[in-house]
Amino acid sequence: MVVGTGASGSMAADGVEERKQMSALIVDDNSVIQKIHKVIMTKLGFETQVVDNGKMAVDLHTSGCSFDVILMDMEMPVMNGIEATKELRAMGVETMIVGVTACSLESEKQAFKEAGLNECFVKPLNMEEAKSLVKKLNKEDN
Amino acid sequence: MRDIRRSGRRDSTRGERKYGLFQVISPSRSAKTGLPLWLLGLGVDRLRTDMSRLLALLFHQGVLDEQFLQLQQLQDESCPNFVSEVINIYFHESEKLLRNLRGLLSDREFSDYKKMGIHLNQFMGSSSSIGAKRVRNVCVAFRAASEQNNRAGCLRALELLEHEYCYLKNKLHEFFQIEQQRVLAAGVRYPIQN
Repeated sequence: MVVGTGASGSMAADGVEERKQMSALIVDDNSVIQKIHKVIMTKLGFETQVVDNGKMAVDLHTSGCSFDVILMDMEMPVMNGIEATKELRAMGVETMIVGVTACSLESEKQAFKEAGLNECFVKPLNMEEAKSLVKKLNKEDN
Repeated sequence: MRDIRRSGRRDSTRGERKYGLFQVISPSRSAKTGLPLWLLGLGVDRLRTDMSRLLALLFHQGVLDEQFLQLQQLQDESCPNFVSEVINIYFHESEKLLRNLRGLLSDREFSDYKKMGIHLNQFMGSSSSIGAKRVRNVCVAFRAASEQNNRAGCLRALELLEHEYCYLKNKLHEFFQIEQQRVLAAGVRYPIQN
């Protein structure tokens, strides 16, 4: 498994391409989930940033930040995951957005997927699911 | 007190004397157990067994589910206190949510069931995340009552939720206390060298 290698790289002095560390944005208002997802993504070699709601995620992208993957909760105050995902896609953000939701209703998960998700999991994400995301990211890089 | 060090053979690598089944740390060390190694070893093993038994009981009672094991698997040298840190966050958040729910329902004119639903979703999400199965199930029933605007049902559900949460908290405290004792006992067995 190739971990921590980014799509873009720069050439070092000896001509060997350096790979940047991958980054993950965790968007969730639940402190327990924030902690669990942060540890999982850190273990997989990601640099992580955590925000409490969808609006903060959108504001980060508006200010020029970018990430390799976004873990997006569905139900959040201020701006929920569905609205935030739609907004990010409308802005042209092509980052992998992974929905994580406590909701088990298929209709609600479907609405979340239709907002522009690449994947949707029941929260919390486990290590195997996170590893499958890294594999997909590495495939896209290659 | 008889100086039992005289008859022991010196371990040159550690500068301590070993006496068959006994190991006494020299007076310059910070600790002198005087306890036999086999007894210290039994203490650690017994504590480990106590932890396993307590967990097995909580699984059998449906208090915890496999998500708790997933948390334990995430704990390693890079985050040695991960499980206790997550659980402490859970306790802190849960008590805030319980206060909010109690506050909402204490108002006889209460009608903001949507707000109640938001608190319950939070509680359900974090309970699922740590494997608190029974607490989560009570939240589901509580949410059903709130969706029907059933205040009496919500009050009953809140009583049950507080009871289940209290039981879970006491048991997890017990678990972490045993773990702490196990870590200390393992540390005494292998004293730190200066």
